[in-house]
Amino acid sequence: MDIQQLSIISIYHYLTISALLLGLGIFAVITRRNAIVILMGVELILNAANINFLAFSKYNGGMEGVMFSLFIIVIAAAEAAIALAIIINIYKLFKSVDVSRIDTMKE
Amino acid sequence: MSNQSYTVIFYIFAAITVCSAAFVVFTRNIIYSAFSLLFTFFGIAALYVFLSADFIAVTQVVVYVGGILVLLLFGVMFTNNIMNPGEKTEVINIIPGVFLLIGVISATLYAFYTDDSWVKTGNLFQGSVVERIGFETMSRYVLPFEMSSILLLAALIGAAFLARFDKTEN
Repeated sequence: MDIQQLSIISIYHYLTISALLLGLGIFAVITRRNAIVILMGVELILNAANINFLAFSKYNGGMEGVMFSLFIIVIAAAEAAIALAIIINIYKLFKSVDVSRIDTMKE
Repeated sequence: MSNQSYTVIFYIFAAITVCSAAFVVFTRNIIYSAFSLLFTFFGIAALYVFLSADFIAVTQVVVYVGGILVLLLFGVMFTNNIMNPGEKTEVINIIPGVFLLIGVISATLYAFYTDDSWVKTGNLFQGSVVERIGFETMSRYVLPFEMSSILLLAALIGAAFLARFDKTEN
């Protein structure tokens, strides 16, 4: 890959960024014990998917990716609200949001 | 704008996005990672502008930065002791996590760069996307549009139900 290829923004640039974001998000989901940081990792994964959709939409000329990314943003908002409500309930019950300490379904 | 400065600005925003995402993941302080997520979302919104999806970029800023990030910050401050700002969060599974990080990134990059038969370069679309989003929402995607409104209503009621103050407890 020479400098000429790097200076023209192609679909591979966006795919590389989205692969990095996906890996970092999965790393956060796997390694962190705080439930809120796990939620941030999920948001990173959703954003990586969004970048991919928009990149393919741009370089293919269609509108499907744009519409899909819009619906992904809607679902991400709903998911964040519900997950925060669940985390707040867990905090009320266990006084902690450490996911490795939450091991019962009922107190 | 010349092609050279376009490229330079793209690389700046890509670096902001990836570096702040890495900071979100690798810092132990949860407040720092919440604020670093702000820069990640703004960088991604800038990348959306480069992908000529300006409406999606504005939606990204409004929904993620204005909604989801504020919710996450509320969650951080609700569930952590603010009087103790140096509080660190612990990590588990660090070795499998590193293997998975390297494995996922290298596998996806290998798939992207070695096989380009799936890249169909049609006509690049140019200009604004707002008008076409309006047409598509009201014609081809009217059913998912209505379903997402029902989903948002259900999420609103569900979140309020789950997080409400329970009077019978006291």
